[in-house]
Amino acid sequence: MTFLGDPSVSLPIIFAVLLGVSILIYVVLDGFDLGVGLLSPLATDGHRDRMVASIGPFWDANETWLVLAVGLLLVAFPAAHGAILTALYLPVFVLLIGLILRGVAFEFRAKAPVDKKAAWDFAFFLGSLMAAVSQGFMLGLYIMGLQFTGVALAFAALTAAFLPVGYSFIGACWLIMKTSGELQAKALRWARKSLWGVGFGLLLISFATPMASLRIFDKWLSFPEAILLAPLPLLSLAILVLLWLALQRLPTRNDSWAWAPFAFATVLFFLAFCGLAYSFYPYVVPEQLTIYEAAAAPESLFIILVGACVVLPIILAYSALSFFVFRGKATELRYD
Amino acid sequence: MDALILSRIQFGANISFHILFPTITIALGWLLLFFKLRFNATGDEKWMDAYRYWVKVFALTFALGVVSGITMSFQFGTNWPGFMEAVGNIAGPLLAYEILTAFFLEAVFLGIMLFGFSKVPNWLHTTATVLVAFGTTMSAFWILVLNSWMHTPAGFEMRDGVAHATDWLAIIFNPSMPYRLGHTLLASGLTVAFLVAGVSAFRLLIGDKGRSVRATFATGVGLAALLIPAQILMGDMHGLNTLEHQPQKVAAMEGNWETRSNVPLVLFAIPDEEARENKWAVTIPNGASLILKHSADGVVPGLNDFVAEDGTALHPPVAPVFFSFRIMVGIGFAMLALSWAATVMMVRKRRGVEGVPRLVLWAFLGMTFSGWVATLAGWYTTEIGRQPWLVDGILTTAQAVGDVAPGMVMSSLIGYLVVYAVLLVAYIGVIFYLARKASNRMNETLWAGLRGGVNNKTAEQAS
Repeated sequence: MTFLGDPSVSLPIIFAVLLGVSILIYVVLDGFDLGVGLLSPLATDGHRDRMVASIGPFWDANETWLVLAVGLLLVAFPAAHGAILTALYLPVFVLLIGLILRGVAFEFRAKAPVDKKAAWDFAFFLGSLMAAVSQGFMLGLYIMGLQFTGVALAFAALTAAFLPVGYSFIGACWLIMKTSGELQAKALRWARKSLWGVGFGLLLISFATPMASLRIFDKWLSFPEAILLAPLPLLSLAILVLLWLALQRLPTRNDSWAWAPFAFATVLFFLAFCGLAYSFYPYVVPEQLTIYEAAAAPESLFIILVGACVVLPIILAYSALSFFVFRGKATELRYD
Repeated sequence: MDALILSRIQFGANISFHILFPTITIALGWLLLFFKLRFNATGDEKWMDAYRYWVKVFALTFALGVVSGITMSFQFGTNWPGFMEAVGNIAGPLLAYEILTAFFLEAVFLGIMLFGFSKVPNWLHTTATVLVAFGTTMSAFWILVLNSWMHTPAGFEMRDGVAHATDWLAIIFNPSMPYRLGHTLLASGLTVAFLVAGVSAFRLLIGDKGRSVRATFATGVGLAALLIPAQILMGDMHGLNTLEHQPQKVAAMEGNWETRSNVPLVLFAIPDEEARENKWAVTIPNGASLILKHSADGVVPGLNDFVAEDGTALHPPVAPVFFSFRIMVGIGFAMLALSWAATVMMVRKRRGVEGVPRLVLWAFLGMTFSGWVATLAGWYTTEIGRQPWLVDGILTTAQAVGDVAPGMVMSSLIGYLVVYAVLLVAYIGVIFYLARKASNRMNETLWAGLRGGVNNKTAEQAS
């Protein structure tokens, strides 16, 4: 462990980065398939089958990033795992019921008798909504330092309303890339509408986060850090403008650039995530527990790190293989 | 009711619901590989038909396993924060390795296995099937390592009330791990064998004349007949291992109160924990001594050795362990009788499935989910048998429970129970619905083939 310097400093940082990366990958990947679920009631029956087909080979692996994130929180910062999850008991419960409903509805809608399909379609939407709303609510409460005050709850209610909009947006961007014709045109309309919500939500969180604590306020608005950090909001704004332009011009005649909205949206999520990560470092439970205080014993973290260094590149490689195999426009899901 | 008992019921309900699905996917993954390899080798469509029906069941089962599993990883934190605080340094890496080496592997290759048949070369599709089956088995390995460690902890030291790892090999290969892993994997094999035999029996009973369903029925029965003796042997070895490390659990399983020699085998009784004796006991003299010590006058530990000075029991609640154990063993012997009887009927005069009377098919249909009941009963035996400890000798269940308002746990518990009940009914319903559909399609093709594909009317009427 010597090459790590002081392992009680370097290991918590490494694991905080791993945790952050897993959450970010989860938010982008499950974000798009939750978004597709949120948009599903707006589509016709035939289109809905195609929308589900576009996420069919992926949703399961996407959700595994949540398992990894919770797992890393659990194993690397056990004290924080307990503190955060007991504080968020009810929203976590709503999230889990939501994930259960949508995960199984996905299978049942295709396999149950036809007269039950509408009910499972509704469960698919409802589950996606419960998961997205509860995640938004938890994000808001987390930003507010897990305090159950009136202001914090009001703010959490706002983020609970905006995260589903954000997911619908990235879901629509995914559909622009994976579908064509009438459904693609519809997805473009959905994306244009929800883009406004995304911009507004980002703005809201950007203003609320520094207000939540003096520490974060100082971190963002003191000199010279403010200048070094200025590219973050400016880049986000530029990406928003790019997205708006792209959505006006798509689809092109040969469907080139259909990938662009999804790629830009991913960058946007990444920037927003960096902003939040910068705000909260070094805390894992806001204003209560730092990553150094909450970390598990170095020898246990080290043994996980060894495994992660070997296995994570392999996971990324075969995930890439899966995206490659199912590249291009979504086709009907068939077992043969 | 307080948060402790509610949290226990909730976790018990979640894990009971969850375990149903991995129990099927672990062995069904390998069985699908078997179907696929038979098809690759013989080119016989019946194996591909079998693959096509069972891969649907696999996909559905897998989804239920994934979503109910996610629930578990959250509940460690929401309800049992004390668990990770005390033994997180051991449990953490084991869970992390499960996610890294198993969850991603199965989840990613499942996509290719389910929907990639026409998109990738056949070898890659077969490889994906292998990797999914391997992933489910790896997942079972890691989680049973952790579970076994909670029963027979090893390779660690306690510093300020927190466990620290000293020897990872000793942690992984802790004393009860090989037996528990073997017993659970065989349980998975038997659950799938009876599921496949039961659903195939159903299809034969509704008049499926296809060759595929005969092949799957014979496969299920054969697998069951092969695995059940191994399981009985493995269960016995697991029991002896438990006797060595957790004698109080075995005492509860046997309903034995006093440590003594010539202990009878209790076939049936009502254990009375107040009076500390068995009521209405039906026994075989010296039976327990013979099974556990392999001699009629062997000394078997009794429950009364595990009572504190002040009278509080340091052994598990007797009745639930005693009865779950009997249910598990009873189903085991029913499995033995039925699978061997059917095998004899099929082998005799080489009559195959034709040699099996309808009554026996009905029996298989009745036992479709017997593996589930046996698995749950076995699970309750070992896990309730661990009480009052969460990690044997280190951490009690009461010490690990989170400080959550009982009302909150109660409402989430009711929510989970309702959802689980609906899903279970839907799951079983869809399995038989898909079976009926597959059989109807099979018969239509048969009819069309018989009549040269001209007259499809009869087939339509049949469906």
